[in-house]
Amino acid sequence: MTTRVGVVTFPGSLDDRDARRAVRLAGAEPVALWHRDKDLHQVDAVVLPGGFSYGDYLRCGAISRFSPVMETVIEQARQGMPVLGICNGFQVLCESHLLPGALTRNDSLHFVCRDQKLRIENNGSAWTRDYTPGQEIVVPLKNGEGRFVADERVLDELEAEGRVVARYLDVNPNGSYRDIAGITNAAGNVVGLMPHPEHAVEPLTGPTTEGLGFFTSVLKQLVNA
Amino acid sequence: MSLDTVKNAEQTPDAAQPWAELGLKQDEYARIREILGRRPTGAELAMYSVMWSEHCSYKSSKVHLKQFGDKKPETDAMLVGIGENAGVVDVGQGYAVTFKVESHNHPSYIEPYQGAATGIGGIVRDILAMGARPVAVMDPLRFGAADHPDTRRVLPGIVAGIGGYGNCLGLPNIGGEVVFDSCYQGNPLVNALCVGVMKHEDIHLAQASGAGNKVVLYGARTGGDGIGGVSVLASETFDDTKPAKRPAVQVGDPFQEKLLIECTLEIFREKLVKGIQDLGGAGLSCATSELASAGSGGMRIDLDTVHLRDHTLSPEEILMSESQERMCAIVEPDKIDRFLEICEKWDVIANVIGEVTDGERLEIFWHGELVVDVPPRTVAHEGPTYQRPFARPSWQDALQADAPTAERLARPTTGEGLKADLLKLASHPNQASKSWITDQYDRYVLGNTVLSHGEDSGMIRIDDETNLGVSVATDGNGRYTKLDPYTGAQLALAEAYRNVAAGGAKPLAVSDCLNFGSPEDPDVMWQFAEATRGLADACLTLGTPVTGGNVSLYNQTGEVAIHPTPVVAVLGVIDDVTRRTPMAFAEEGQLLYLLGDTEDELGGSAWSQAVHDHLGGLPPKVDLERERLLGEILIAGSRDGMVDAAHDLSDGGLGQALVESCLKGGRGARIVVPEGMDPFVFLFSESAGRAVVAVPRSEELRFNDMCTARGLPAVRIGVVDGDSLDVQGQFTVALAELKDAHTGVIEALLA
Repeated sequence: MTTRVGVVTFPGSLDDRDARRAVRLAGAEPVALWHRDKDLHQVDAVVLPGGFSYGDYLRCGAISRFSPVMETVIEQARQGMPVLGICNGFQVLCESHLLPGALTRNDSLHFVCRDQKLRIENNGSAWTRDYTPGQEIVVPLKNGEGRFVADERVLDELEAEGRVVARYLDVNPNGSYRDIAGITNAAGNVVGLMPHPEHAVEPLTGPTTEGLGFFTSVLKQLVNA
Repeated sequence: MSLDTVKNAEQTPDAAQPWAELGLKQDEYARIREILGRRPTGAELAMYSVMWSEHCSYKSSKVHLKQFGDKKPETDAMLVGIGENAGVVDVGQGYAVTFKVESHNHPSYIEPYQGAATGIGGIVRDILAMGARPVAVMDPLRFGAADHPDTRRVLPGIVAGIGGYGNCLGLPNIGGEVVFDSCYQGNPLVNALCVGVMKHEDIHLAQASGAGNKVVLYGARTGGDGIGGVSVLASETFDDTKPAKRPAVQVGDPFQEKLLIECTLEIFREKLVKGIQDLGGAGLSCATSELASAGSGGMRIDLDTVHLRDHTLSPEEILMSESQERMCAIVEPDKIDRFLEICEKWDVIANVIGEVTDGERLEIFWHGELVVDVPPRTVAHEGPTYQRPFARPSWQDALQADAPTAERLARPTTGEGLKADLLKLASHPNQASKSWITDQYDRYVLGNTVLSHGEDSGMIRIDDETNLGVSVATDGNGRYTKLDPYTGAQLALAEAYRNVAAGGAKPLAVSDCLNFGSPEDPDVMWQFAEATRGLADACLTLGTPVTGGNVSLYNQTGEVAIHPTPVVAVLGVIDDVTRRTPMAFAEEGQLLYLLGDTEDELGGSAWSQAVHDHLGGLPPKVDLERERLLGEILIAGSRDGMVDAAHDLSDGGLGQALVESCLKGGRGARIVVPEGMDPFVFLFSESAGRAVVAVPRSEELRFNDMCTARGLPAVRIGVVDGDSLDVQGQFTVALAELKDAHTGVIEALLA
């Protein structure tokens, strides 16, 4: 049976089609999930894509966490279902308290779109096992509110528990504390990532194909589970 | 004030009316009275004033724009032409592409962020209204001097507005232009282009037919913003003595527009609309009168049913409001329920506000009273036409006589001098890297961007399976056009055409945004007449019809007009985007060929501006047959794998093109000046019809044979090699030094 990976569409989701394409290229079956529908349609994992879920005129992700679909996603994530939040999805995961910290306005005060070098710090999470620790990859980054912040205690805890999944290299594009680009929860099934691996899956349209590993990783995780 | 009904207007023929304040001329007001056989009501006056504005009626320009139809080239590609929201072009495999470039100049100067943001919003709705999914945007921009203090106010706001709106819609921004020149100091140009894709059978038109069909207004609520945007703001010269015009600028909500897009596309998929029109300039006045005028003629609207943001609005204000993110659809009665259901799914407010009638009048009611009763064609399509006087400016001859000859403008004669000028050009704000600006735009979203910023054209894939794609380039050189408007407009087309071909796509069609000063000035009107004539002639020769666009006049502060700036967008199609040609020199050892003829042509050049701050002489000559041949060679080279990189030569000539292609690929080049050619002219001339290409060694023979057989001059000028740009016998400059000069310029001035 093919692995089914759900991609949630909030009304203002933008990279949902791209996430579905990445899921397909990784060899899984993408399933479109609608924000008003609590039913996850028997998916094995969920991607919360980039965008501006409900316009994000309040704090990014602040309204999405209360959407019907998130009720089920939060419940299933607590039971171990792999969930990847990309960009706006990362913001939703923080607002949902599935991940610690918050994402605030870039320190430059400008939206930034660039090909970003990252170091994969941890390949123990559900979404990073196809990488080697220390592996350097380049994927697009595009955000206006991508600055990861948390208090010192939380940051130390994340570092000590190996829960920093990816770190910015060469340039810190948004002022994230400790160059953090992505983190995971203690169980390793929930990952939030500010850069966009779904835009680095085809040589034609991406700077590299090095983002595909996130999507193939979860397939292995699920097949082995 | 009591309600000014039609009955009231009949009874009080002599009541004073604010026609002048609404931007109408006395004879125009008289004409309205003649059409109606009475004085207009306040609501009717409001409608005529916005619809007869320069911006909506093209009253000064339409006698000249006619040429785009009269001289239309024969082509099978055009599915929908001028007159609809946007033109539609057949790109094969059952796909149709619609694209259009439009201006939002005046609002963007008054209120940079919202002005630019709503410029994107407006053009995107035009594309959507044709039945297409919007898939990319581009922004040709012009600003005052880069180091002028007001540029620091205007530019960051405009860029943030374009990014803020476009990024939130999920539309990749794939190109455009940024040009600085003090002539745009009080009148920056913010043009916005959108591309949309659909299947042939999905094309929708703006017409209301079938008595009994419902008129649905959906999207944002109607508020008091943007009242008079097209009339008192966009159709007058800026003047310090008048009150601030900020309230005439609309305010955008991109999230609402995103919902409107998805909702409308779902409505299209279920085939629920008979006709559709977006609400942009002139708001509901425009949508109702245009829909009715293009349909059977009759329509009845009940203004009380319009959802309002502000309940104190008068019927005049509701009709004139330019509140954003609204659409108007004509729906058959049995499809209304499903239509409203889809709107509800997307949280989009929708309401039936009227219906199509079998009469010939547009009737609008307020509180049960008739406040508008007009023949819709007289509002929408039968506005005034002006034959504005025009004459060749008295200063034109002196300007053209001031040619940048070696005697007048000192040219570098040593290798060191050439290098210094090359660096001066590469670091001039007009030629320097624009990444500080373009990095604020999302170029990746939708996952189909094949070429974008910094490339000659933006290219997107439109079919994942077949790799069919389209590309668009926009160009316009105000300096060339000032020197010779006829040639300048043709050069804009030639450059955009060449840019599309350089990427490997076949140019198919044109959209244009004609930015000029006041039509009331005969000098400006001459520039306009010459530029449109030049563009229409060139479109005919190149076989690329104008499918639509927009005219922006009154880009003028006091007596000072901008350089005439026709911006030309060319759309091309490519069967297989994996064959596209990027501009980066990426492979060591590849051979560099200069295609075309290089002459001593520096009038209006980037060199004359960057080094001498000079504008005079004549622009480069245009040879459209040569452009076509060059295009064919570039397309064949791309398709058959004979060319791995191509870059068109334009601003800054070969020198600047080499700098850009080397830096983009991170590779140097060894260049030899062809025998008998002056090194300065070789590097800095801006002769048209040229490109530099990188040819793999294994393909050299085949490529040379092709150029020889077709009669295109092609001279080998060097090889991709090393980590410096080495012009042999003249100078060497390290890539690192070039990069230092070329990057960081804009942010140093603005950040």
